[in-house]
Amino acid sequence: MIRTAAEALDAAARRNPDYADVRAVETRTRHVSTKNGRISGLSSSESAGAGIRVLCAGSWGFAATDDLSPGGLEACAALAFEIARASGRARRRPVVLAPEEKYVAEWISPCAIDPFGVSVEDNLKLLLAVDDELRREQGVTLAETSMDFVRERQAFVSTLGSRIDQTRTWSGGGYSATSFRGDEIQRRSYPNSFGGQFQLKGYELIEELKLVDAAPRVASEAAALHSAAQCPEGRFDLVLDSSQLGLQIHESIGHPAELDRVLGSEANFAGMSFLTLDKLDNLKYGSEIVNVVADARPEHGPGLGTFAFDDEGVPAQRTDIIRGGLFTGYLMSRETAARIGKPRSNGCMRADGWARVPIIRMTNVSLLPGEQSIEEVFDADGIYMETNKSWSIDDRRYNFQFGCEIGWELRNGRRVRMLKNPSYSGVSTEFWNSCAAIAGRDHWMLWGTPNCGKGQPEQVIGTGHGASPARFSNVKIGSAYSG
Amino acid sequence: MSESEILTRNECRRLFDIAWSAARQAGAGELEMLAGAHAYALTRFAENTIHQNVCERRRTVSIRAVVDRRTARASTNRLDEPGIREAAGRAVALAKAQEPDPELLPVAAPAEYRDVDRFSPSTAQLTPAERAEAIAGAIEIAEEASQTAAGVYSSGESVEALVNSRGAFGYYFDTNATFSVTMMLPDSSGWAKASKPDCNIIDPAALARRASEKAKASEKPFEIAPGRYTVILEPAAVQDLLGQMFPDFSATAIRDRRSFLNERLGQRIFGGNIVIVDDVYHPMQSGPPFDGEGVPRRILSLVQNGVVRDIPYSRLAASRTGVEPTGHGFPVPNEMGEAPENIVFEGGTSSLEDLIASTPRGVLVTRVWYVREVDPYEKIMTGLTRDGTFLIEDGRVVGGLRNMRFNESLIDLLNNVEDMTPAERAAGEESIDMVVPAMKVGGFNFTEVTPR
Repeated sequence: MIRTAAEALDAAARRNPDYADVRAVETRTRHVSTKNGRISGLSSSESAGAGIRVLCAGSWGFAATDDLSPGGLEACAALAFEIARASGRARRRPVVLAPEEKYVAEWISPCAIDPFGVSVEDNLKLLLAVDDELRREQGVTLAETSMDFVRERQAFVSTLGSRIDQTRTWSGGGYSATSFRGDEIQRRSYPNSFGGQFQLKGYELIEELKLVDAAPRVASEAAALHSAAQCPEGRFDLVLDSSQLGLQIHESIGHPAELDRVLGSEANFAGMSFLTLDKLDNLKYGSEIVNVVADARPEHGPGLGTFAFDDEGVPAQRTDIIRGGLFTGYLMSRETAARIGKPRSNGCMRADGWARVPIIRMTNVSLLPGEQSIEEVFDADGIYMETNKSWSIDDRRYNFQFGCEIGWELRNGRRVRMLKNPSYSGVSTEFWNSCAAIAGRDHWMLWGTPNCGKGQPEQVIGTGHGASPARFSNVKIGSAYSG
Repeated sequence: MSESEILTRNECRRLFDIAWSAARQAGAGELEMLAGAHAYALTRFAENTIHQNVCERRRTVSIRAVVDRRTARASTNRLDEPGIREAAGRAVALAKAQEPDPELLPVAAPAEYRDVDRFSPSTAQLTPAERAEAIAGAIEIAEEASQTAAGVYSSGESVEALVNSRGAFGYYFDTNATFSVTMMLPDSSGWAKASKPDCNIIDPAALARRASEKAKASEKPFEIAPGRYTVILEPAAVQDLLGQMFPDFSATAIRDRRSFLNERLGQRIFGGNIVIVDDVYHPMQSGPPFDGEGVPRRILSLVQNGVVRDIPYSRLAASRTGVEPTGHGFPVPNEMGEAPENIVFEGGTSSLEDLIASTPRGVLVTRVWYVREVDPYEKIMTGLTRDGTFLIEDGRVVGGLRNMRFNESLIDLLNNVEDMTPAERAAGEESIDMVVPAMKVGGFNFTEVTPR
């Protein structure tokens, strides 16, 4: 792919752009799923193409093609330039890029067991074993299981002279048990909802998840929820498990910290952000124990936001987003870093495959482990919630509401009764300032969110979110069912 | 025109012949091929400047092999002979990796498909310069009003084809243009959007003016207490809210016990003024006249005077029940089964101004945002208003409101519709495009106000 990318870059460079880069990408996927004992999905896909991005007279143009012949790449480069020239018709300021170095590198994400080397028969055998376990519980009316594997090889070249060859392999797996009874549908999922856990790993992830072992508990909880008490409405101390907290970080810290949103690029679709430029280094985002980083480096862990270089050739970095409760950093591109006077991008540009232009995306946006024991985190009279069921946040990422699959009433730190339909809502900064306890590294998990949507045309990408269970004080609970 | 140049009928047949030959050699007994192509361009603007301008061209083939009652799918965008043969071989190998499925049906028999014409040559050929010119006009409107504009103008053409080894051949091609604009002031915003098969019936300047007027009219928004209010939902808000319930209109979803229609079929669950059909042939609708299995799409009476009547059936769901498939199945194998995708509501005769004039106190909602399901059986949805929320008092709009969060049952909503405008093709962001009216709804449940 490097040769293809270099050919495309030559075609662009001959037209004398201010700057150009090319990503040539090959993607391979496998999806396997079951539903109530039958195969419901069995597919594989392969796709290859190239995207050419040019900066010409201060304006961007981007064109992508799956015709990788010399003629196809030449036509694609010409189209990118035609588009860039048209952009100049409505331009109020020229694009300026923060400086960056030239890199020549090759990186392959760690993958102990090649998921594409594991037979589909073995995939199905495991999923159907889980399915069997789930449906042993009589109250389960729908058992669904799935596995997904993706390998993406990307060659990046730019007029800075960079030549970067990256291969990322990620895996995911999980299941849910749904129970319909009377006038209720209840569901429990493992290890997370909406497909399970996803990490930048090979098939070893699936083995680590021990999918079959958890199935009896998950199935019995789905059925038991029908008999549980309705989650009360009011203000309570709230303990969240790490998977729900991962999504809370994603929505109320990760998205608002995207600098393109702050500057207005997403105003028509994904929205803007309450983190206006005056808030940087001034806003008390959370309590003093809240420390959040955006970290794409492999040493942060095998997250869906882990890589060696972003999609405009900037090395993976760690940025403090919140340090000791203070808002300290945005997610940036070369263009937006220059807009706010930063000397360099912190490497957050990513694209959904070869056909889409890189935009600012979360990498691994994680809450660092705290210093409290898990017993101290749960030491409350309040409510514990686990596993996301629904999520919604306003277009400035300020007012949110989350629902979880299951809740428990806590008394003196002990679970005393199961609660159904738990939900909580609030305002991003008030919520994070109410953070009273965060469990330590032993309970920290790097969760994968494979389906984050942003941009026009919409791009879906995977992000990582590390968290350990945490407690929040005096949170508004239950308004989803009020009125 | 009878076909699109980006993927012709003959190319589809040629690709199928290669795939079928390779699959037969590998042991397949049947084959189905879905072929798709699109050429799509989008110009994006914000802060009164074009900041992103893209074009993509891609073609994909998805091959489903059947081997002794076992099936699987493989796709590729490498459309030369080795690429197609490799994908066909991959589909056969995947199919062989499983136990036979006694319920698996043969691929669909050939069928006649009604012609639908949704191709506009001028839309297919719309240039980056033409899109930029329209955007420049919208930005001028923003700057004249001291506002900031953001939005998109996209255009493109696409092809969907289905060919199988029993001789079924479906071919559909269309164009689409979308213009969406948000106008912003320091404490308010307005939004307008249109999505049509023909760019010539979209007026970007008119949309920009409408968004600008909404931004101006909602300046200095004030706050009302959460509670139940009469709301007037403009068509985009109706679409993005009610669009969330149609995946449940599915025989497979009901069999899986995951639909809010469980135990409710045939009952009057909505108000008597609610009439909904699924009609791909409606002049304001779009999409192919065949489903993902090659079955011709039928017109369904989903809701008649508040009673759920027809439910879509895929071929598998139909065979289990002993009825005819309705032409709403997704490509096999899949988890979801089927769903209606061409929703048309029967509207009323009032104008939007009539709805406002008849409201002593209420809230006018331009669009909704981040709509998610809270309760799957009562179909409670949460979400927020956005880009133009207004207070109505004594039959007139008196000013802008801060955005509000709602938690509202769609069943309750459709029992409380007091009046409607004629239906129109709406365009939102949270649901597929639908033909819907603006609705005046009583007792809509707002639970929170978004703070500054």
